[in-house]
Amino acid sequence: MIAQILFIIILAAAIYLFSKNVGKIRRNILLGRPADRSDNPALRWKTMAKIALGQTKMVKRPLAAVMHFFIYVGFIIINLEVMEIMIDGIFGSHRIFSKPLGGLYDLLIGGFEFLAILVLTACVVFLCRRNIVRLKRFSGTEMTEWPKSDANYILIIEILLMTAFLTMNAADHKLQLLNFGHYIKAGSFPVSSLLNPLLPDSAAGLELIERGCWWFHIIGILAFLNYLPYSKHFHILLAFPNTYYSNLHPKGEFTNMASVTGEVKAMLDPSFVPETTGEPQRFGAKDVTDLTWKNLMEAYTCTECGRCTSVCPANITGKLLSPRKIMMDTRDRITEVGNNIDKHGKDYTDDKTLLDNYITREELWACTTCNACVEACPVNINPLEIITELRRYAVMEESQAPASINNMFGNVENNGAPWKYSAADRFNWADAGIDK
Amino acid sequence: MAEMAAEGKQPEILFWVGCAGSFDERAQRITRDICKILNHVGISFAVLGTEESCTGDPAKRAGNEFLFQMQAMANIQVLDAYEVKKIVTGCPHCFNTIKNEYPGLGGNYEVIHHSQLIQQLIDEGKLKAEGGESFKGKKITYHDPCYLGRGNNVYEAPRKALEILDADLVEMKRCKSNGLCCGAGGGQMFKEPEKGNKDINVERMADILESKATVVAAACPFCMTMLRDGVKHENKEQEIQVLDIAEITVRANGL
Repeated sequence: MIAQILFIIILAAAIYLFSKNVGKIRRNILLGRPADRSDNPALRWKTMAKIALGQTKMVKRPLAAVMHFFIYVGFIIINLEVMEIMIDGIFGSHRIFSKPLGGLYDLLIGGFEFLAILVLTACVVFLCRRNIVRLKRFSGTEMTEWPKSDANYILIIEILLMTAFLTMNAADHKLQLLNFGHYIKAGSFPVSSLLNPLLPDSAAGLELIERGCWWFHIIGILAFLNYLPYSKHFHILLAFPNTYYSNLHPKGEFTNMASVTGEVKAMLDPSFVPETTGEPQRFGAKDVTDLTWKNLMEAYTCTECGRCTSVCPANITGKLLSPRKIMMDTRDRITEVGNNIDKHGKDYTDDKTLLDNYITREELWACTTCNACVEACPVNINPLEIITELRRYAVMEESQAPASINNMFGNVENNGAPWKYSAADRFNWADAGIDK
Repeated sequence: MAEMAAEGKQPEILFWVGCAGSFDERAQRITRDICKILNHVGISFAVLGTEESCTGDPAKRAGNEFLFQMQAMANIQVLDAYEVKKIVTGCPHCFNTIKNEYPGLGGNYEVIHHSQLIQQLIDEGKLKAEGGESFKGKKITYHDPCYLGRGNNVYEAPRKALEILDADLVEMKRCKSNGLCCGAGGGQMFKEPEKGNKDINVERMADILESKATVVAAACPFCMTMLRDGVKHENKEQEIQVLDIAEITVRANGL
């Protein structure tokens, strides 16, 4: 009875804390500017099913895809077992699904065990890739101590959870064989039975191990749940809405700024009166709140895998730009803005901005807008949109483009071409004759 | 176009030449070759000549939305005045901008890239690869322009134009959606690169050399410049030719 009450308290506290932190992230995301992504729900569901659920963009790197798939499927399916553990915890029952499910239960538990060992293996492989093989993709200027530790913590926690799960099953199995107490014969244990020789033979010792692992496993899961909002691992949740709200236009298409259209029309036709919509907004983005909520959602979705940076032509050739850093900077800055609001109230502003305090001009101007980063992201994050918005601010609000870019602007404006040629010479190419 | 309009004629298609195609000496040759193809198959076409102006693409990618929209609206006025319905262009940047970004500003046209036109003509049997230079057995590789490939998912049309040659087509390590940029996009064409350890076109050269191709097929005037600079950088001008899809088609047909 005491165990049940304790369990319910821990569960309630974990859920409360988690919802509170998720609420904060939601609030932070909604600090962004509006963007309409409500069109074409059928295609959106399809995109989400394909890219988040089906993980179709992962297959480009087969080993990572297979390993990740193990962890992903393991995570989702082992959750069925977690459901049973929750119910047992609340009602003080033991393996409550075993009776109603009968033979299917054995099959399920056996299946979970295979998944658990696959997850465990995948986590070990991932740890090796990060810490022993040291794949280039997992390093870079933005991969400082915290992002690196974060990745390792996630893998270690998962290994611990799976180990506890298998040890718990092994002890349970042994107790079942002893016909001890309420340990009814339930489940099959193809993997964990290999651990049997390592466990004690006394019922008391086994029960201690079984209960210990049970508590460690479930408290571990609840703690992990509460780690998510602080971690890159949050992608397991946001990958779904983030792909649902994907950009459905061709990647080459950049947004046309409606605020500019009004002004340009007024310039070309003096009788045109642009619609005024309240407070005039900044052109482009200086800080994170000038970005759209979708940009901010993407920042929280990023799991720092570095596929974007590894295909970025600027980064490959040694430039400072790293698309992953753009996303991480955006996330860190919006989190900082959110924390400021919590501490100092809604209207507080510090002296920092995304541009300059986080992302430098040098990074900004190294981008070739080639869309390789956008293509590479397994969850459809678009770092290019943020880069473009920052450029728009630098150019239209500050007139701070590199001198040669300003020359190009001048040429387009005066000659209708990015080079210094006269518009009158535009047709000279035909002078050489076509039919020669 | 003005002449045709004065005569009361409406061409089947407008050939949007683009700034590079108009002013860049190397790209002018591609422009003339696209005209040769159009003439060869008997498509009536027009160009805007001095009435054409930059689409605004480089301004937009570099963040100058004002300048972009000014250019776009002026161009839309000209195109609409001539009641243009269909446009072909030799530049993936013009293609992307007019096709995707002009509709939002009131300019709606059917826009195709010249590689798509060539593919259509091949499919219809109007274009073959006979009567000219033989590319048989030559190692040819194709460099995907970002704004044609990733930007607009046009990967097959240019390859179709090469398949007809009976050449030895090889893909580079980084191709199609994984294709590496030539380094010109996003306004980079008009500025010095940021500090780094090499230029992007030199990085791309490694892929080209690895493919052992003797002909690099391009489909964008900016890629053309970058790839040729890359070939020069490696002193491979004798061994490796960079040719546009249109030039290859013209040569293969002896136009």
